[in-house]
Amino acid sequence: MDGAAPLFRMEGISKRYGGVRALEKAELVVEAGSIHAILGENGAGKSTLIKVMAGVVAPDEGRMTLDGREATFASPGAANKAGIVCIFQELSLVPELSVADNIVISDPPKRFGMIDRKAQRRIAEEALARAGAADIHPLALVKDLPLSRRQMVEIAKALARKPRILILDEATSALTAADVSKIFAVLKRLRSEGLALLYISHRMNEIAELADQCTVFRNGRNVASYPAGSKSDNEVVELMIGREYSHIFPPKPAAVPATAAPRLEARKLSWADRLHDISLTVRAGEVVGLGGLDGQGQRELLLAFFGVLRGLSGQILIDGKPVSITSPSVARDEGIGMALIPEDRKTEGLMLPMTVRENLSFAALDRLSKAGIIDRAAEQRLIDDMVGLLAIKTAGLDIPVGALSGGNQQKVVIAKWLMRQPRIILLNDPTRGIDVGTKQELYQLMRKLADAGAAILFYSTDYDELIGCCDRVLVLYDGAVKRELVGAEITERALISSALNIHGEDSPVGLGVDA
Amino acid sequence: MKDWRYWLAEQRGTLLAFGIFIVMFVIYTSNHPAGFTANVVQTASNKGVLLAFVAMAQTLVVITAGIDLSVGMIFLLTNCLASWLVVGTPMQTTLGVIAVLAVGLLCGAINGAIVIYGRLQPIVATIATGAVYYGIGLLLRPFPGGSVNEDLADVLTGRVFGVVPASLVVLLAIVLVIWVPFSRSVLGRAAYAAGSSETAAYMSGVPIRRGKFAAYTLAGLLASIGGLFLTFFTYTGEAAYASGNSYTLFSIAAVVLGGVSLFGGKGSAIGAIFGALAFRTIGDLLFVFDFDPLWQPLFQGVILLVAVSLGAFALFRVRNRLEWFL
Repeated sequence: MDGAAPLFRMEGISKRYGGVRALEKAELVVEAGSIHAILGENGAGKSTLIKVMAGVVAPDEGRMTLDGREATFASPGAANKAGIVCIFQELSLVPELSVADNIVISDPPKRFGMIDRKAQRRIAEEALARAGAADIHPLALVKDLPLSRRQMVEIAKALARKPRILILDEATSALTAADVSKIFAVLKRLRSEGLALLYISHRMNEIAELADQCTVFRNGRNVASYPAGSKSDNEVVELMIGREYSHIFPPKPAAVPATAAPRLEARKLSWADRLHDISLTVRAGEVVGLGGLDGQGQRELLLAFFGVLRGLSGQILIDGKPVSITSPSVARDEGIGMALIPEDRKTEGLMLPMTVRENLSFAALDRLSKAGIIDRAAEQRLIDDMVGLLAIKTAGLDIPVGALSGGNQQKVVIAKWLMRQPRIILLNDPTRGIDVGTKQELYQLMRKLADAGAAILFYSTDYDELIGCCDRVLVLYDGAVKRELVGAEITERALISSALNIHGEDSPVGLGVDA
Repeated sequence: MKDWRYWLAEQRGTLLAFGIFIVMFVIYTSNHPAGFTANVVQTASNKGVLLAFVAMAQTLVVITAGIDLSVGMIFLLTNCLASWLVVGTPMQTTLGVIAVLAVGLLCGAINGAIVIYGRLQPIVATIATGAVYYGIGLLLRPFPGGSVNEDLADVLTGRVFGVVPASLVVLLAIVLVIWVPFSRSVLGRAAYAAGSSETAAYMSGVPIRRGKFAAYTLAGLLASIGGLFLTFFTYTGEAAYASGNSYTLFSIAAVVLGGVSLFGGKGSAIGAIFGALAFRTIGDLLFVFDFDPLWQPLFQGVILLVAVSLGAFALFRVRNRLEWFL
């Protein structure tokens, strides 16, 4: 630190995706022999930062130095060669290959030009042992392993590449407690061997146990760097908050009385290892938010309501009556009247090459047709209504929906479902990747629909939206509802601390945290 | 689990194809008027290896999650070419064989370059190049004709030590010289990895492009070996459009029977070989049971449907219905 060049340094790194700035003049200094934690809420720029480091995306500007020399990485392979190895959140394992094949995949041992399977096996066994995962058989296919084992393979694979800088992006998110403690021992040993480790996690207790240095990101910038343990959890949360409120939200009406009968109710919903005993109610006229970090079961919960998941346990009630929703087409039927605005409009919401008109009528075709023949006049009337209501900007109804802007595509997805006049609307992060103007219109629309009597369940990764739009927010953590916030309780601080599973508003460092 | 059980699981598709083939072949020979004799085996082998070579070619491309609809046409083109070139003195014949194989290699390389560097979908690219290869074949042989070095042809379609069909020996040699090294090389693994999950492979720094290019190129080579053998059996070259198309389609059927996943990343050329041999035996079975040959396509279709249905059982275990569509 004193004078000598750090192992790795990033200066003035910026990266934009379209109009969205993911990184804005970000700085980072990584020292050998230390564990450096990166903190920040969803969308703060952490993922982009490590993608730049690992050669997955090229920065728009800024420079990186390794050992004081300028470094640029054209591909993940180039970054690996330079000694930077990343364990990505989305696993980078090839499912049809064996564990051993995967571990040596970037640089397999060779003999006479062919892969030396014996050497490969040895390397794999060593790496698995180093990662504390000797229970995994090197010949097993990756696709047959459960998620937690895959993550261990991912870690073993990274170790086999003899990294100098090891980046772990939420690498423990799917691990069992026993694995986490093994991995921690491994990471501490690596630190003592002189490696630099970048550790990205939302689990405050893990950071407290591991990190030497912490850097907080917000809005694509590094806002603070401090030695671990020198700030309380609360101060850290404070640093992570603080985005300007850039959206205008419609005023909230008086709360729907808690005595009103729920439109949609879940009782002890569980599915696989992703949802655990979730109970909730949504009343007509209410907008209920789903909060929490990305991937805590929110998506699965919406899919469960919509009849996509098999082997669901627990009960779903509509208007107080138990129902069995076995497929999306049952979910949308008259008795239930549910609509799901999916997360990925390009694959789950729209048929991109088909026209705006065709896309709009898909969900309502049964209502618009008699004996299988579509009533074109009725279709046109309804489509005109929807295009007007949502102010969809399109050059015509007969152009491919793929030609519209992201915001207008999203409006088409929503309009498509509104054509059925749904009584229950599930939204899965509907404003991701759309412009601010359209976002505002969607907020107004959501409130209008609720006022007209719909029950709305709204998952968003954007805390501002949850605060601005919702009457109540349920915060999910690890597939269970951790906290319910009502009315004025919905604050950014409350959302973040419950998303991180820190109990209470003023818990001291390291206490009251269980992951 | 023990090592051998993992090996067994990995080879399941291949072993299944082997089993299907053996059962069918036993039924065939035991009902054949001549029985299990060297002659019967030789004839079956000579018919079977043609499709086996084309199916091996298809396997390489299918492993990368692509498909090659031009293999049948490369097979025809090289047949037409061989009927001009593989003649004369031993020296001329050797050069002719090399030229034919080089053309096959080139056809495969062109396919690979278009798919990988031109970023065209394999199905479209290979329909187009297939038409081109067929067109060249037609120019070479507007009418069936030509000749081949008959001494070489007779050796390669005859029997070794009077018992083992020579074509089978060549097939085995090609497996050892091309398939085994490829499947165990870095390029081969890159081809598998790209077929299984291209993103993960890219993220891991795998040479995806080189792996896929090698797969397409070797596919062209294997198809041309098939084309050579066709010439050895028929002594002539013929640009028979229907025959080229059915080889392409049968190669896909053989690959599926052989346990190679059309989604990529899984399967082996050895499985595809047994798939091809089994597929060919269906036709022979109808013959020994005195069925009208008109029944052959229908029976081949039914067998294929049953075989691929076995692979679909996994869908019953899916818990998130969205995974059906992945």
